[in-house]
Amino acid sequence: MKVLLSWLNEFGPFADPSDAEAVEAVAADLTSLGLAVEDVISVGSPVEGVVSARVLRVEQHPDAAKVRRVWVDAGDGEERHVWCGASNMSAGDVVPLATLGTTMPNGMTIERRGILGIDSEGMLCSAVELGIGEDHSGILLLDGEAELGVSYAKVLGIEPDVVFDLDVTRNRPDCWSIEGVARDLAAWRSQTLATVGSGFDAIGTSRTVPVAIENPACGRFTATVMSGVRVTSSPDWMARRLEALGMRSINNVVDVSNYVMLELGQPNHAYDLAAIGGGFTVRSARNGEVLRTLDDVDRSCVVDDLLICDGNDVPVGLGGVMGGADSEISESTTEVVLEIAWFAPRGIMKTATRHGLRSEASARYERGVDPTLADRAIERFAELLSLTCPELVVHAGGADERSSGMPDLARSVDVRISEVNRILGTELNLGDLPGLLDPIGFVTETAGEIAKVLLPSWRPDATSEVDVIEEVARHYGYERIGRSVPKPIGHGHLSQIQIRRRRLRDVLIGLGISEAMPNPIVGPDTMERGGIAGDTLRILNPLVADESSLRLSLRPGLLTAIAHNEHHRRSGVSLFEIGRVYPPTGEGLPSEHEVLGVALAGRYAHSAVAVWREIAQALGVGAMIDQSNAPGGLHATRSGVLRAGRDVIGIIGEISPEVLENFGVSERVAVLEVRIDGILSGKAGSGSYRPISRMPSSDLDLAFVMSDEIAADRLERALRQAAAGLLVDVALFDTYRGAGVPEGHRSLAWRLRLQAHDRNLTDTDVAEVKAACEAAASKLGAQLRS
Amino acid sequence: MTDDITAAIEAALSRVQEATTLETVDAVSAETMGKKGVLGGLKASLSKVSDIEERKALGRALNEAFSLVGAAIEDRRTQLVSAERNARVEAERLDLTEAMDRASRGHLHLVTQAWQELEDVFVGLGFTVAEGPEVETDWHNFEALNMGEGHPARGEFDTLFVGHDENEGPGDSGLLLRTHTSPVQIRTMLESEPPIYIVAPGRVFRRDTPDATHMPVFHQIEGLVVDRNISMADLAGTIEAFTQAFFGEGFTSRLRPSYFPFTEPSAEFDIRRPDGSWLELGGCGMVHPEVLRAGGVDPEEWSGFAFGFGIDRMAVMRHGITDIRDMYVNDIRFIEQF
Repeated sequence: MKVLLSWLNEFGPFADPSDAEAVEAVAADLTSLGLAVEDVISVGSPVEGVVSARVLRVEQHPDAAKVRRVWVDAGDGEERHVWCGASNMSAGDVVPLATLGTTMPNGMTIERRGILGIDSEGMLCSAVELGIGEDHSGILLLDGEAELGVSYAKVLGIEPDVVFDLDVTRNRPDCWSIEGVARDLAAWRSQTLATVGSGFDAIGTSRTVPVAIENPACGRFTATVMSGVRVTSSPDWMARRLEALGMRSINNVVDVSNYVMLELGQPNHAYDLAAIGGGFTVRSARNGEVLRTLDDVDRSCVVDDLLICDGNDVPVGLGGVMGGADSEISESTTEVVLEIAWFAPRGIMKTATRHGLRSEASARYERGVDPTLADRAIERFAELLSLTCPELVVHAGGADERSSGMPDLARSVDVRISEVNRILGTELNLGDLPGLLDPIGFVTETAGEIAKVLLPSWRPDATSEVDVIEEVARHYGYERIGRSVPKPIGHGHLSQIQIRRRRLRDVLIGLGISEAMPNPIVGPDTMERGGIAGDTLRILNPLVADESSLRLSLRPGLLTAIAHNEHHRRSGVSLFEIGRVYPPTGEGLPSEHEVLGVALAGRYAHSAVAVWREIAQALGVGAMIDQSNAPGGLHATRSGVLRAGRDVIGIIGEISPEVLENFGVSERVAVLEVRIDGILSGKAGSGSYRPISRMPSSDLDLAFVMSDEIAADRLERALRQAAAGLLVDVALFDTYRGAGVPEGHRSLAWRLRLQAHDRNLTDTDVAEVKAACEAAASKLGAQLRS
Repeated sequence: MTDDITAAIEAALSRVQEATTLETVDAVSAETMGKKGVLGGLKASLSKVSDIEERKALGRALNEAFSLVGAAIEDRRTQLVSAERNARVEAERLDLTEAMDRASRGHLHLVTQAWQELEDVFVGLGFTVAEGPEVETDWHNFEALNMGEGHPARGEFDTLFVGHDENEGPGDSGLLLRTHTSPVQIRTMLESEPPIYIVAPGRVFRRDTPDATHMPVFHQIEGLVVDRNISMADLAGTIEAFTQAFFGEGFTSRLRPSYFPFTEPSAEFDIRRPDGSWLELGGCGMVHPEVLRAGGVDPEEWSGFAFGFGIDRMAVMRHGITDIRDMYVNDIRFIEQF
């Protein structure tokens, strides 16, 4: 929402637009009020070096039909000539001359550059070139009587001005007007809000255009007939104000309509009286009913749209959004009927959204227009139109229909001073409230500890006590509210889960694995390409088709990252992610849970096992690798599931060659993906101290030949059990397949470190362990290799 | 015999001095002081001296000889051991910068780093950390936050709607990807009793085209305090305490009026840098009575404040990252920098 300082000043004054400090103070005040100033734009500063000059004579260029040589007098008695491409000036006209050395708003500097050896001593300017209008059809013609050699801005009466671009929040419909912003600013500065406009007296004979409201989404509809209209151009100052706020000047009637909307926030529409068939009906559209709006687009309506129809039931406007093209004011219009209405915000929002048509009117109506504004707006419209239509007459008998949808105007709310102070942390008295609230129209009547506050018609957002408390806070000043720090009873801490999640991350980065954060929203076939089965949740309104499913696994994201890095000649990256997956549950929320994914490019499955063992030890979890069935998407002979008791908590191994191909990864990739919500919420592992023996230890190396069908860790567990008591550590240190070992078998060499807590080990001790191990191994069909 | 002793000492000392290896020193030691050595032999022949006085004198001379030669041998041995060690060390000379070994640590994602740092600051201020689901119900994400069906502010969230079947219309299932971390406020209030002092960091989603400053998937941290007599002054004081703890000395904060459906009064909070410039950081306000009610909290008994801001932006600002998308490409050349 843009506001113009000179316009605000009519309600103030607040600041001289040429006083930078004062302008900055206004901007700061607006921000303190919650009207964040996003931009401060200076307008109307004249282009230095452009002066008024009289055209003395014009000559055609001998060789170029479109170029003229113009002799001008810039008031200094010197005759200058300039080359000019425009032809709308003739001897005697006064025009703006950019003298040599002038820098134009577009950055161009006027130089003595000639054509055919004849210098040009300046440039004649169009309105566009001076940044003061949109007319580029010819040179700007100034008042023929103007003084020569003075700034064109002085001739035109252009004063420097400032546009504030405000971020008006949704709860401030009143600030979609100059007056509303001024009201807040005046209250903040303890100034009186000045009255703008002096009314309009020429009331003519009674002429009534009947109005029928059939749909209460229209709460009020006024129709006022005005005659003596002469369609012409607007006064320059009005056109400039409209243009400064981003609206094109069209003609005096349309401009006044826009001016009143900007000033008071009341959208309004002037129809050619001759074109509306003698009356209005406000009704729901029929499905498929078509209206051509002012922007020349045919709008096909639905029953939820509200139409303004003329006396013949022909639609002439999309209620609260845009007028129709056929009843538009034309040059021959002499009588208009001014519609000023109130529409319920929600319907306008829906209609504007449905038609993709956000007009200045709909923007205001969908936020909420003051339902009482019509009378003032009619008067202001007439007053401003009479400036260009001296014969203007406003006819008595204007229609003012209201429906059941008209908002309640006598709204009030009780405000407890105790509640004000509880919420704000202030120590205000009830007597402080009128000073803060009355100037913004929240009229207070105090009684006891309670203020009865009448809610202003221009603040439909305010309905409850806390809404008023916010107004108190705004006008008291947020920055005057004190600062205290509440004292929580408990102490701050991370939960066990959060502490263990951090520990997990620490372990991973300690292992040289870096954290990635791929997008959890994936393409419709991403999971399938990753070999991961199952339905996914769908994004129903995806921005791009490639981001339309919620992932079931972290693997595709990690593989995509590995492919990206390979593509940039960084092979062998080790990445992990801790993130959520979202398997659907049929209906309602998915079974969202947290998962750790680890992908080690260029490494084989055992690397993933090593990582898992480190994690398992750090977090005190146990799980068995079950290779009986390879999980989907994983290497058929180098993968398995992680099983904790009966539950499968994850997968481990290598990515299958096919999936690698699908993701464009050329290295082998060791992978671990494990559900961690259970792991993180589990108790920390064996945290209690295990005494370290002071006695000497003894190593026992045992190699067993065992069938490939049996996992090595089964033998390891058997050895652990057999050697229990004296065993400190057991580690696989060699595997061997080949000569001396039967086909389908391998030799597994283990080193067992044995130690007692209370004595030196004897040969007998070691021999007993060895025998026990041998016996345990033989139950798995493993033979001690001699 | 005295002459023999003197000669033996001289011979031994001179050989010890000339010895260049430990073997030589050992040989001298054996040949001089061993049982079959020169001095050893003289000691053995001592018993043949009949005069007691002379024997005593010779014995003393012999002991001195042993001690003298022994000391010389020990000295020489020490010298040679030391020289040998020095030679070995010298032979091991290494240019440390000629290194080919590489140790590589893993790197936490920048968002995680900022996330943990923010958690730590708020833990220090007495908060605990709450979490909630990323796929949410419309009720938790909007309705309970005072944005009922058709509330105009809903449109500003660019919501991604979720369903089980692509033929469903957006919103039909009542499921969505949470557009902010605020639903955690509701879940926390419903699951626990005041007093509540939590922050809720988490991933959020918007239907937003990625550009240098926006990602459709990003992270926020939300704060919620509900206690007796919590006021806007407590909000301002907490924001200020956070500002100084997180950004450091010389940074201050301010609140200015704004609008959010779920807080009232609402505010934006800005951080003032030591150079006087302002940074818009996030939104905050007093929890709206309707939101407290939706969380099962009586607004007459309890009051509260909430605040929220982006985590990604913290990382972006701290490291001067010019394009936020770079944080999510997972390029190791980016990750390794931090």
